[in-house]
Amino acid sequence: MNVVTNNKWIGQRTIRPDGMDKVTGRAQFAADTTMPGMIWGKILRSPHPHARIKSIDTSKAEKLPGVKAVVTSKDIVDFPIEKGAVMLGIQDMRWMCRNVMARDKALFPGHPIAAVAATTEAIAAEACNLIEVDYDVLPWAIEIDDALKPDAAILHEFNKFDGKPSNIVGRLEHKKGDIAEGFKQADIVIERTFTTRPVHQGYIEPHACLISVAADGKTTIWSSSQGQFMVRAMTSMLTGIRQSDIRAIPAEIGGGFGGKTIVYLEPVATLLAKKSGRPVKMVMTREEVMRATGPTSGSKSTVKIGATKDGKIVAAHGTFYLQAGAFPGSPIRGAAGCSFAPYDIPNLLSEGFDVCSNRSKVAAYRAPGAPIGAYAVECVMDEVAEALKMDPLDFRLKNAAKQGTKAAHGPVFPRIGYIETVEAAKASPHYAAPLGDGNGKLRGRGVASGFWFNAGGESSAQVNITEDGNVVVTTGHPDIGGSRAGIANICAELLGIDYRRVSVIIGDTQTVGFSNLTGGSRVLFASSMVVTQSTEKIIQTLRERAAKIWEIDPEAVKWENGAAHPVSPNAGQFEPLTLEQLAEKAPAMGGPIGAGVQLNTQGADGGFGTHVCDVEVDVDLGIARVIRYTAVQDVGRAIHPGYVEGQLQGGVAQGIGWALNEEYIYTKEGKVDNPGFLDYRMPVCSDLPMIDCIMVEIPNPKHPQGVKGVGEVPLVPVMAAVANAIYNALGKRFYALPMSPPKVLEKLDEPLREAAE
Amino acid sequence: MAKVHVTTLINGEPTEFLCEPNDTMLDALRGPLGLTGSKEGCASGDCGACSITLDDRLVCSCLMLAVESEGHEIRTIEGMAQGDRLHPLQQKFLEMAALQCGICTSGMLVASDALLKKNPDPTEEEVRFWLAGNLCRCTGYDKIVRAVMETAAEMRAQ
Ligand code: FES
Ligand code: FES
Repeated sequence: MNVVTNNKWIGQRTIRPDGMDKVTGRAQFAADTTMPGMIWGKILRSPHPHARIKSIDTSKAEKLPGVKAVVTSKDIVDFPIEKGAVMLGIQDMRWMCRNVMARDKALFPGHPIAAVAATTEAIAAEACNLIEVDYDVLPWAIEIDDALKPDAAILHEFNKFDGKPSNIVGRLEHKKGDIAEGFKQADIVIERTFTTRPVHQGYIEPHACLISVAADGKTTIWSSSQGQFMVRAMTSMLTGIRQSDIRAIPAEIGGGFGGKTIVYLEPVATLLAKKSGRPVKMVMTREEVMRATGPTSGSKSTVKIGATKDGKIVAAHGTFYLQAGAFPGSPIRGAAGCSFAPYDIPNLLSEGFDVCSNRSKVAAYRAPGAPIGAYAVECVMDEVAEALKMDPLDFRLKNAAKQGTKAAHGPVFPRIGYIETVEAAKASPHYAAPLGDGNGKLRGRGVASGFWFNAGGESSAQVNITEDGNVVVTTGHPDIGGSRAGIANICAELLGIDYRRVSVIIGDTQTVGFSNLTGGSRVLFASSMVVTQSTEKIIQTLRERAAKIWEIDPEAVKWENGAAHPVSPNAGQFEPLTLEQLAEKAPAMGGPIGAGVQLNTQGADGGFGTHVCDVEVDVDLGIARVIRYTAVQDVGRAIHPGYVEGQLQGGVAQGIGWALNEEYIYTKEGKVDNPGFLDYRMPVCSDLPMIDCIMVEIPNPKHPQGVKGVGEVPLVPVMAAVANAIYNALGKRFYALPMSPPKVLEKLDEPLREAAE
Repeated sequence: MAKVHVTTLINGEPTEFLCEPNDTMLDALRGPLGLTGSKEGCASGDCGACSITLDDRLVCSCLMLAVESEGHEIRTIEGMAQGDRLHPLQQKFLEMAALQCGICTSGMLVASDALLKKNPDPTEEEVRFWLAGNLCRCTGYDKIVRAVMETAAEMRAQ
């Protein structure tokens, strides 16, 4: 494949196809539609962190005037545990069926117990209160340490670890060389233990859906998700309705960050709609989002790194315990696999442990697991560099992974851009700038790197030339951050026409071929592959049509600047035939012009980033603020630089929140105590500085435009970069997140306390 | 409960609607009035996705009762463009990629417009503090702040 050079649209900051609707309030998100005869669904949720459900009596609720349907777990298709895993992507349907509606046990406060559909939201809520549930309340465990105690409450009694019932539900390891031997060669070894709190993806749009089921079973789902095909498949599996009967329409999605890669409401609303014969709308409240949808894991990690005096890492060992929540499936693969990937380490052991506990089931969050692992590793890297008296970026350069490095998680790296990100960070104006005077506040600078796998996978596209000679591209991936803009740039580039003539839409499940989730930073990588191949087919057709009209060989026709031309004067003297002219002549020349391509795309290269962060700490108030930030990333090829920068800036902002403020806080009763935006403190505009981006472009040779995924890497290094900067400011290291004002003050008081003791 | 009849002005149009006494303005806008450009991110006044103006004052429509609009003037995102002519802020948001998912965009634009009406020459800090009630989880605010500053500069030059 040739990398397109000398571009007109690729690399331009064009206006996104869906932009106009979004700045005028016209765009339709999940909660923005209605249907005739629509009623409202509500969910009754468990108040207990852990309880056996002895009985559910819905009779009073059913009798309430206005109630049209009630469902419980009896209505959801069961995937019995003993029959073994039934996987849909990375999700085991045994856990999904129990997550959308508790079966024998409620496993977290907020776990759905039953659902009601009624003519108004108020009646549905009232009916939920009339449902009588007899619970046998059980002991519970939320924090990892509690869940691992020998006498801990066990969530899933069938699960054994080391032969005993356990909350450890999974383990993986990546190994290279021999760490015992490696550590013997080390002149300096540093080992530290870190904890992080669960944090929520924090999308501003709560989960919502509107679903109608006709008497013949034909089902229409309107919802926002990171995959209409995932919605269709999961709803089909949990309701028993055939996939061919479910049309899942992707609404505009108001943020997901991984959290909308599974379903919560759709199967329940489908069953309510089926029972009631009416379209059912369900919209979560913010509180429901915070209590019952995926945050990412809280964690406990221990990282040990050994290096020689001259700064070569000889061995490293990481153990990462991640909270899965109620069901198995925490992102240990990201933590164990990504965190050491920037480095060429001869002896390495990286282990991940998946730990169940009584909180909501985790969902993917931007580079799932990788930021947790990188936080621990990159903080230890900083300490080792300091002990060696090396500049932290030089230390990274000395140990950087490059082409040919065998990564512990499997691959031998192809040409990668990690070194370039470190060099660019080193050469950045930011790294050269003095920290400046904090006016009584303490300032510090930190750096950190990060890696994410990136993904390919299934994608489908259909490209059609309209009768008036313009272009409609249909793909199957919800556009979560501007992918339609990138696709328009690419298609316009290939066809040699103005990008405004290309309309890009996201098809529903019954109008475009299967396309896997919007996740893994795969959308622009994969969809531009299928769009490129479709467009190339169209160009071939256009050349053939022109050849037919000119009565010459198709090989003698070239496509340039939106028109067919003879390749040379020898081929004949003809006026160019434009896309419009060929479209007009299409009926007489062989019919409509269009092409579709479906692929399981391969060749996604991993992504690397290196960040530089300056903080300022108010030692009286304990407030740490990020005052300058630079994110450097190898982005492959920035098809639309504005939205690539947007990914970097958005990821950094989320990481700053994770580092400084965000955390789930629990009551003594095991319930989330801060289920709203006031107390779950995400960064607001006045908390942040501008976020500078340096896009390093090392094109992916396996992609027609050189694209690499960019969406997830930017969250990976952030917490460590902030933590290292705070250390640099205060001379004290934090081993736990968030570094919120009370924790900073506590740390600053330490010498006083020690002196007093 | 009997519904309440409300007469108000919405985006310059005299409007009548019926609502429950405890409906919020956001409920009324998104429900009977069909103006779904204002979004509900929290229903507690913490995200700003529901921002509107009430007699030119920026408010969270989720914190206001629908009946309180009686006799007042409401403006929403749907009233920001003049026909097919975008407001300069809308245009600048598009040009500068100041939106990703777009769920916060209506609220950001309404709030930014209210700022520039009050203060046509805001500093970066003033923009950041004014918009501190509007959460955006996608953009890190960088491009939003730049778009507001640049629009302000262009509007001043005209
Ligand atoms: S919905 Fe009104 S402030 Fe969030
Ligand atoms: S663009 Fe998604 S929340 Fe702001």
